[in-house]
Amino acid sequence: MSVLVYVEQAEGKFKKSVFEAVSYAKAIADQQSTKLIAISIGDVAESELKELGKYGASKVLNVSVDQLKTFVNQAYASVIAAAAGQENADIVVLSNSFSGKGLAPRIAVKLKAGLADGAVELPSTDGKFSVKKTAFSGKAFAITELTSANKVIALNPNAFGVKENSTEAAIETFSADVKQSDLGTVIKDIVRATDKVSLPDAELVVSAGRGLKGPENWGMIEELAGLLGAATACSKPVSDADWRPHSEHVGQTGISISPNLYIAIGISGAIQHLAGVSSSKVIVVINKDPEAPFFKVADYGIVGDAFEVVPKLIEALKAHKG
Amino acid sequence: MKILVCISNVPDTTTKITFTNDNTEFNTAGVQYIVNPYDEIALSRAIELAEGGKGTVTVINVGEAANDPTIRKALAIGADDAVRVNAAPRDAYFVAKQIAEYAKDKDFNIILTGRESIDYNGNQVAAMVGEFLDLPSISIIKKLDIDGDNATLEREIEGGKEVVTVNGKFVASCAEGVAEPKIPNMRGIMSARTKPLTVVDPVSIEEVIKVTKYETPAPRGTVKLIPADQTESLIGLLHSEAKVI
Repeated sequence: MSVLVYVEQAEGKFKKSVFEAVSYAKAIADQQSTKLIAISIGDVAESELKELGKYGASKVLNVSVDQLKTFVNQAYASVIAAAAGQENADIVVLSNSFSGKGLAPRIAVKLKAGLADGAVELPSTDGKFSVKKTAFSGKAFAITELTSANKVIALNPNAFGVKENSTEAAIETFSADVKQSDLGTVIKDIVRATDKVSLPDAELVVSAGRGLKGPENWGMIEELAGLLGAATACSKPVSDADWRPHSEHVGQTGISISPNLYIAIGISGAIQHLAGVSSSKVIVVINKDPEAPFFKVADYGIVGDAFEVVPKLIEALKAHKG
Repeated sequence: MKILVCISNVPDTTTKITFTNDNTEFNTAGVQYIVNPYDEIALSRAIELAEGGKGTVTVINVGEAANDPTIRKALAIGADDAVRVNAAPRDAYFVAKQIAEYAKDKDFNIILTGRESIDYNGNQVAAMVGEFLDLPSISIIKKLDIDGDNATLEREIEGGKEVVTVNGKFVASCAEGVAEPKIPNMRGIMSARTKPLTVVDPVSIEEVIKVTKYETPAPRGTVKLIPADQTESLIGLLHSEAKVI
């Protein structure tokens, strides 16, 4: 038996969320007294693949074939499932990223495996193999027992942390048979906003709501986020009004995030919004209404007008950074 | 063009989530159910694509008879007919299998779901249906355009988007941006009562997961309020106390 972790590359590099998934998978492999194998698909330099050893992968299967240079959900799932078969892996771990969310269910069906997605903790293994995962859009957690022999787990970003566990990773070429029927989708274009921090796996997030009064006032939000190295987010009314893109909408019908720090500016804190951010480690609320429900779930709060508080906060932050 | 839209019956977004029976069951007392908001987006796009006689839209739900009002709501929004697989929706694997079984010989060109249900937050059903039917699946799309047998979709990725094309049949899960949710009008509500709602029996499939217990997030301590003119002390606290910056 072994544990297999899929390491998703973006432009030939691994992101922090990948090292986190490897760290998590290594901890599971240790629980199971077995080894951790990683599988990478696409063009990744050997030096980058070697990095995976730092977090506990003792072997890296490298799939570098022309047809799979860019993401093809169906074919990637086939390759990962085939690797699980070859390596006798009964547990497959992925990051619960946008691509991971597309892959994990297909891998689960191929392996007849139970899937715990949105995992937030290590499995408990006292007789039953159970994984705690988010449910009801952050309003609850479900302890999910995986009763099947094979298991697939998709880890939420920022839930486990990156943990070094240095070992030497052996890099092996994995030659995957790619079926033509698995290549039904073709990527025509990839658009990346390279100057911005990606929201789903951001450690720090600055978010603003209707209290900002209009899209023209986001300059100070961008500036604060830039100084912190944070991603920007917004509430539903803001994205509904097209002040900000839908991809920034956090909340029950947007995306759920769990950053280390969530700063909410001019957001009252409706239950639907709180659902998407309640697992943030530290919450700061800035609102001129002292009765705003958001203060009830905040760690730190400032009652005040965003247009006065935020510029001062920017100044204070600049002073702090020297 | 035949489009199948998978809809989930979920607690209204304002629901306070509680559990009963030693936290092993969701407390349904007093809960209002709605069409999963993301499924509504998928349904709205399907109706737009089928408009003007270009196609038909069928909705499918896996659930018991109590779900019928939610299914009628989908018909009121504008689906042509509906199917309910008569079984408690045990988990995504079970639900996807039921949908795949129903769809396998019906020749649907497009199968759509919402990006996730707001109760179990899986985003599993679309890709699982794709896998059961051996069709391409594209998860979490923000845009969907059809030109004959070709579809162009925009898929969300971390910090950007991918433009994906697919020729022939496919499955996709829809997020915000794909369509504005349609609101049923009076004519829709009236006609929904007489639109066909077929009930079919489930097929059996092995159990792979089981929710054994629910937990609610630990409550936070009381908020520490900082005077509006002392932003530097907030920065100080975030640095030295919370250690997040």
